Amino acid sequence: MAYQLLKFALGGEYKEPRFFRDCQTPKKSYDAVIIGGGGHGLAAAYYLAKDHGMTNVAVLEKGYIGGGNTGRNTTIVRSNYLTPDGVNFYDASVKLFEGLSTELDINLFYTNRGHFTLAHTESAMRTMRWRAEVNKHVGVNSRVVGTDEIAKACPQMDLSCSGKAPIQGALYHQPGSIARHDAVAWGYARGADSMGVEIFQNTEVQSIDVKDGQVQGVHTSRGYISTGKVLSAVAGFTPRITEMVGLKTPIVIHPLQACVTEPMKPWLDTILVSGSLHVYLSQSSRGELVMGSSLDPYEAHSTRSTFDFVEGLTSHIVDMFPFLSNVKVVRQWGGMADITPDFAPIMGKTPIKGFYLDAGWGTWGFKATPISGKTMAYTMANDKAHDLIHSFRMSRFEEYELTGEKGAASVGH
Amino acid sequence: MKLLNCPMNGVRPLSEFLFGGEFREMPNPDTSSDLEWASYVHYRNNAPCIKKEWWYHSPSGTWFIAERNTLSDEVLATYLYGKAHVAAKTTKPRAKKEQSA
Repeated sequence: MAYQLLKFALGGEYKEPRFFRDCQTPKKSYDAVIIGGGGHGLAAAYYLAKDHGMTNVAVLEKGYIGGGNTGRNTTIVRSNYLTPDGVNFYDASVKLFEGLSTELDINLFYTNRGHFTLAHTESAMRTMRWRAEVNKHVGVNSRVVGTDEIAKACPQMDLSCSGKAPIQGALYHQPGSIARHDAVAWGYARGADSMGVEIFQNTEVQSIDVKDGQVQGVHTSRGYISTGKVLSAVAGFTPRITEMVGLKTPIVIHPLQACVTEPMKPWLDTILVSGSLHVYLSQSSRGELVMGSSLDPYEAHSTRSTFDFVEGLTSHIVDMFPFLSNVKVVRQWGGMADITPDFAPIMGKTPIKGFYLDAGWGTWGFKATPISGKTMAYTMANDKAHDLIHSFRMSRFEEYELTGEKGAASVGH
Repeated sequence: MKLLNCPMNGVRPLSEFLFGGEFREMPNPDTSSDLEWASYVHYRNNAPCIKKEWWYHSPSGTWFIAERNTLSDEVLATYLYGKAHVAAKTTKPRAKKEQSA
């Protein structure tokens, strides 16, 4: 055994293959360049190659793939939104997620848990009924449930929330699931790479060359790349990219924080969200409680995490589950959320020809990874916005046609 | 604990303050075009930089201006609207690491 191990270590030949090639030197030109090697960018690359036969594509990532918001979210996948456009869009994403482990040949640990959005007030119950009716209307499995059903699904919860915010009911969304988020990025990266897409890590875009309103290429830390199509899929870094091409957007960057507890035996099967208490939590396949809260209260371009956040979040968690008071928080972190005024993304074409935007993902980006990749790939290949993302177009602000989506994570009603 | 220097009440904990967004000049609604007005209503100067912002000290009901670096989260000055600058005394965040990813 020891000899075998030593031989393996010194042999220089490792059986486990790389997920994607270690690209170092970009070609002089590509048919399309994708800025941002997170789930969205890699999914767009994958569907460009698979659905549209565009394989001469480079993905440029400033850090390492999946190291941004793809690896910082709380991994919840659901489609119980408020507007029909939002529900249809996220429902298409849930359907893609359901078959994704097979398609990408990687175990995403996609587990269907059921999702309760708790309502503590009469007005919150009204919103839950509204969301349930919109969901049913477009064929998504959501319904309003009473406290008896919540108690049955989660008997450990104090339904009075320590007497501070008694639960009146909930919106129950059966398809709500969790997945291993970094595996989504790695799966798409491997899939895209196997079809010829080149992925460059540690490659920063320094400026974008635009002439006569048409993208010409990008200057990167690995040299100039000439291309007619550029997709920006960089979430919290979007303002820095749009500034390079002189585009104005309504995005404001707020840090969004999350944390996990030490691992426990499995006891929480469902996903729980409370807009009033600003918490969402689920138990991961490793046994950790994954917990998130609302946005930090002011704009900041940083991923630092704070004591204020853990203190506020855990006090609400203990209100719901008093027995957790001795459980320790073992990790906390932050991501930069690109928030839009109507809590919907900004997707599609821009006034600059060949510059496509996949942004404004705020607190709702991970669950949309497959469908945003698919629709952005369509939009880039055909230079025409996909039908599903028409209402998320950039020009909606100038046209005063905001979406009114308030079903996003931890948004109060 | 993070602190902010209120021009009326001195250095107070950040939890006493509310963020009011970027300070922006309003175009004249009678003379501006629909596009200019939409731009004022929706679009933001959103890349990291030193910004003039509205902040509110809620216990005393004081609105004031803070000049803040949105990348490092350092407040450079706070003053009442229309008044002279007052240098911020202590507002350094505990951790100033910028995301490298």
